[in-house]
Amino acid sequence: MLRFIIRRLLQMVGVMIALSLLLFLWLRSLPGGTVSAMLGERATPETRARLSKALGLDEPIWVQYVKFMGRALKGQFGASTGVLPGADAFDIFLKRFPATIELSAFAIILAVAIAIPMGYVAAKRRGSAVDNAGIVTSLVGVAIPVFFLAFLLKYFFAIKWGLLPASGRQDSINCTRVTNFFILDGLLTREFDCTWSALKHLILPAVALASIPFAVIFRITRASVLDVLDEDYVRTAEAKGLANRTIRGRHVMRNALLPVVTTIGLQVGALLAGAVLTERVFNFGGIGDTLAVSFFTRDYAVLQVLIIAAAAVFVIVNLLVDISYAVIDPRVRTR
Amino acid sequence: MTFKRKAAPVVALTAAALALSACATSSRDSGSSGDSSSSSGGTGTFTFGAAGAPKLFDPFYATDGETFRVSRQIFDTLVDIKEGAATLEPGLAEKWEPSADGKDWTFTLKKGVKFTDGTDFNADAVCKNFERMFDQNEAGAVAAEYWGDNMGSFKSDAANSLYKGCDAKDETTAIIHINRATSKFPAMLSLTSFSMQSPTAMDKGKANDVQKAGEGFTYPAYSQAPVGTGPFKLDKYDEANKTVTLVRNEDYAGDKAKSAKIVFKIIPDEATRRQELQAGSIDGYDLPNPVDWKGLKDAGFNVEVRPAFNILYLGLNPANNPKLKDLKVRQALYYALNRDQLVKTQLPEGAAVATQFMPDTVSGYNKDLKPYAYDVDKAKSLLAEAGATGMTLNFAYPSEVTRPYMPNPQKLYDAMKTDLEAAGIVVNTSTKPWNGGYLDDVSAFKYDAFLLGWTGDYDSADNFIGTFFGNLKTNRFDTKDQDFGQALSDELKAADGIVDADKRATAYEDLNKKIMEEYLPGLAISHSPPALVVSSKVKGLVVSPLTAEKFAGTYVEQ
Amino acid sequence: MTNPLKKYGDARKERIDQLAAMSDGSVAVADAGTIEEAPGVSLIASAWRRLRRNPVFLTGLTITTLFIFLAVFARVIAPHDPAIGYLLDKVRPQSNPIPGPEPGFPLGADNVGRDFFSRLIVGSQQTLIVGVFATLFGLTGGLILGILAGATSGWVDSLVMRAVDVMLSIPSLLLALSISALAPRPSQWTLIIAIATVQVPVFARLLRGTMLQQRSSDHVLAARALGIKRSSIVFRHMVPNALGPVIVQATIVLATSIIDAAALSFLGLGNPDDRQPEWGQMLGQAQQFIYDDPHLAFYPAACIIIVALGFTLMGESLREALDPKSRR
Repeated sequence: MLRFIIRRLLQMVGVMIALSLLLFLWLRSLPGGTVSAMLGERATPETRARLSKALGLDEPIWVQYVKFMGRALKGQFGASTGVLPGADAFDIFLKRFPATIELSAFAIILAVAIAIPMGYVAAKRRGSAVDNAGIVTSLVGVAIPVFFLAFLLKYFFAIKWGLLPASGRQDSINCTRVTNFFILDGLLTREFDCTWSALKHLILPAVALASIPFAVIFRITRASVLDVLDEDYVRTAEAKGLANRTIRGRHVMRNALLPVVTTIGLQVGALLAGAVLTERVFNFGGIGDTLAVSFFTRDYAVLQVLIIAAAAVFVIVNLLVDISYAVIDPRVRTR
Repeated sequence: MTFKRKAAPVVALTAAALALSACATSSRDSGSSGDSSSSSGGTGTFTFGAAGAPKLFDPFYATDGETFRVSRQIFDTLVDIKEGAATLEPGLAEKWEPSADGKDWTFTLKKGVKFTDGTDFNADAVCKNFERMFDQNEAGAVAAEYWGDNMGSFKSDAANSLYKGCDAKDETTAIIHINRATSKFPAMLSLTSFSMQSPTAMDKGKANDVQKAGEGFTYPAYSQAPVGTGPFKLDKYDEANKTVTLVRNEDYAGDKAKSAKIVFKIIPDEATRRQELQAGSIDGYDLPNPVDWKGLKDAGFNVEVRPAFNILYLGLNPANNPKLKDLKVRQALYYALNRDQLVKTQLPEGAAVATQFMPDTVSGYNKDLKPYAYDVDKAKSLLAEAGATGMTLNFAYPSEVTRPYMPNPQKLYDAMKTDLEAAGIVVNTSTKPWNGGYLDDVSAFKYDAFLLGWTGDYDSADNFIGTFFGNLKTNRFDTKDQDFGQALSDELKAADGIVDADKRATAYEDLNKKIMEEYLPGLAISHSPPALVVSSKVKGLVVSPLTAEKFAGTYVEQ
Repeated sequence: MTNPLKKYGDARKERIDQLAAMSDGSVAVADAGTIEEAPGVSLIASAWRRLRRNPVFLTGLTITTLFIFLAVFARVIAPHDPAIGYLLDKVRPQSNPIPGPEPGFPLGADNVGRDFFSRLIVGSQQTLIVGVFATLFGLTGGLILGILAGATSGWVDSLVMRAVDVMLSIPSLLLALSISALAPRPSQWTLIIAIATVQVPVFARLLRGTMLQQRSSDHVLAARALGIKRSSIVFRHMVPNALGPVIVQATIVLATSIIDAAALSFLGLGNPDDRQPEWGQMLGQAQQFIYDDPHLAFYPAACIIIVALGFTLMGESLREALDPKSRR
């Protein structure tokens, strides 16, 4: 097990290095660039030359890459030029990532909490109202562009009916920041109004973002439960007269959850992509939002950190999913 | 067994949370204090929706409007701009007087002004400020763009700098020496970049210690802890929640601010700003999309339209397309454009067809000039005379951008393209994202024609036409490939050096006429007024044509 | 001590490989010659029999057919030219930014006076083009890489698959974003290529998975024993049999690529030239009017949702029908 994890981690490092090189080349081949983004219409050829020299962007690309890697190994990812000029790029990541985790975690919990029970019930009572409702919801969830759903939610719940805030992470009340997880921070410092405000701001974006994993998890759960219900061991258990609860917990769900867990892991990538759009609609200051800003301002330092970090998160989550197999699948565990 | 296994992580989590909360105590009590005891002014908060985050809080290294908007509330400048106008008025300096050759300027300072760290503002502080701005390290010199643009150079290259030195004659008299007379001085001192900052605080926070880090710059501690003389001071920048909070400077020398607090909520998306305004969580925002003006007014908001202080132009590049060297061709393009309709259908109300490369509020504007009127037949005959009938024009516009002078570049472009095609010109469309290559390509003269514009920094003709055509070698209109390029550049320099304001204005008026009738290096298209929208409860806000509002007198009626 | 976890590999690959496994049953159909005449029921035939009566499939098919019909004949159906601002004279940025409906213009106009109804109809055309070509390009790229990896083994296989892994580890939207930004001149084709690139690794992995299974299947082993050339084994025996799940995936990608196009337009990276309207682009551009004139966003959004639904329904029911398990 340990050896497996280590091997996978080493593999990951290889992928990350390859990615950093590709990323570096790609960023530098983007038209425009930091210099234009910083100078805007004020730029003259002189100021441009001066700035790109000062930033080291006039050197050959391989020299730039070697320098970049040298600094990266020392833990220096460079200063931001567009998102928050002067700030350390990694610091920006650390400060904004909690927002995205908060949002994605809330979304995935929401999706799982609704989709798995619903998928189970849908499979048990095939063709019932629950089944049909679930299928329709999941189909629409797949077909609707997430930013449009986000807008619809905002339009009705925030603007028309004024039930929830339209954007942002928190009202501008005075809150102490500890971890930058706003909900947690409020609990830690006992500023419960801060937690409450953060929670209210989280609902709409999380619902919008949850639409993607919900659809997938519901369908996989339903299909997988249907498969398992057909299996001999379940019929045997039923024939033995075991209590429904035992059958559900021991036999059906434990076996049906395996593909579901895989799917949840796979949704991390989709969640990150969805977060870029959702965070933008709701002005939710996470890395999705930051990614877009750094992209449009050609903030190389921040882009590099964010993309590599996003890829690392993606790979690590999938590793965790693989490990969780061991926990869920008795065959793997007993061997 | 099972229970225990499940309980373990819960216990661990709880323990961790407790441990964290032990060191995490609310800083709320020590946060904003004393707002209840304030005597003068209201206790209210004015919340403004900002389109972007301030880049830093030391305006000397800034170039963008969102940074300046915040800095403007914290700092004062020697020379101020009259509220609601573009003309100069006394700021921290009560009056100023040039020597006969326009090279030595004596500033008489206000008495009794203090920085918010308690130190005195005096002539010594003024000189320390200028010396600080002048004496930049390599990175700082690149970062301090406004100084570079306006003063030319820094201490390391003192010969090319406009700024020469500063003397503190006595407590309230500072003399600033410059190397040559220019129309831009002292107007340039009204720029937020050249705000007066506390020398003590700057020393303490190593304000000049800009360093290169990777492919960016890092700024010193001072840039996050600004100390000025303005009506507000920085309370905190809550980066995670995207808000900047300013609190009133209770010791302000002049009239104290009417609001106890200003909160800038950073909301990059335009539609979201509008929703927040309608939801009541902000009291106003800048640059509402012109298509929203009607809806906002109908909903009872005040759309404050500023006088236009900008210009949209169609740049031409004769090096790329030699046909453009012929004045007749350039005039033909001008006659082909139906600018009346363009302004009516594409630009906000209050927009105007441009007759020259500057708005009418700038001294030196020639009010006798008439616009090139829409006349397709004339365009066609001029093209025929020049032997350019059916000519091809590579014409470009930027995407991913809106500017005050160009609310929707693509729509403006489409309209112009249709007009040009009607005159028999073959138009090849090019487009690139603003930051994604458009500005690069314009600077590299890759297009025959392109859309671009300018918003003035202060009331100075040189800030418009001097910026456009002054630098012969590198200007975007490529005048070095035109016969008149050298002459125009020289004439601009001569006009700029005239010390007497009236004579200078006349010189610029003549020059404007010449540019439009004899030279025509590009086509001045239009001026569009930028707006600002506030809720009807907001009082005391006076909009500025330079989009340089100060919020000291602004408050929200309860 | 062998590691049980090894077997499970990367979860995402697993998922794609699960899809690949579906081709098991269809092996016999295409080239096992004599078996075709045997009284058994082939998977495709039985699948079709069930599909014909499946209301889900029929709904999807109807929507898709209508959409394609609309797209092909859009120019004939549309009452006006989508690029001409007929009502431009009525547009006033302040008082009347979006002209309302009037005779001949049932849905009114957009902000430059073009007939909104005609734009919606003609929009189907570009939408179809974006969907089909993005899928086609993604499929082609995936086929090339997948066949390369699946047909060979050893270092070519690992090299290709590591490259695919790197591509899979970049968030898809960001990959698309960067490709459309790389383009020297943004157009619908850069959009198409951006969306297609994201699909390449998915198709590649899918195809490689199915081909690996083919490699050890009886008919391939038989062909190899007969001494048939390697290229001919790959292209005549392995590839055709591996295509089933790929086609199913392609149907679903048709839907997602239309949605992705809308997302890129929303972020401001769509095709800037809107004389040839496309629904995603219309939806993206409508964001700035969404407050006062939400209909400019709602109609194209509804069209996208319906069409995406159509493709998804069709793809899902195809997948179910081709799944040998469901034959029970």
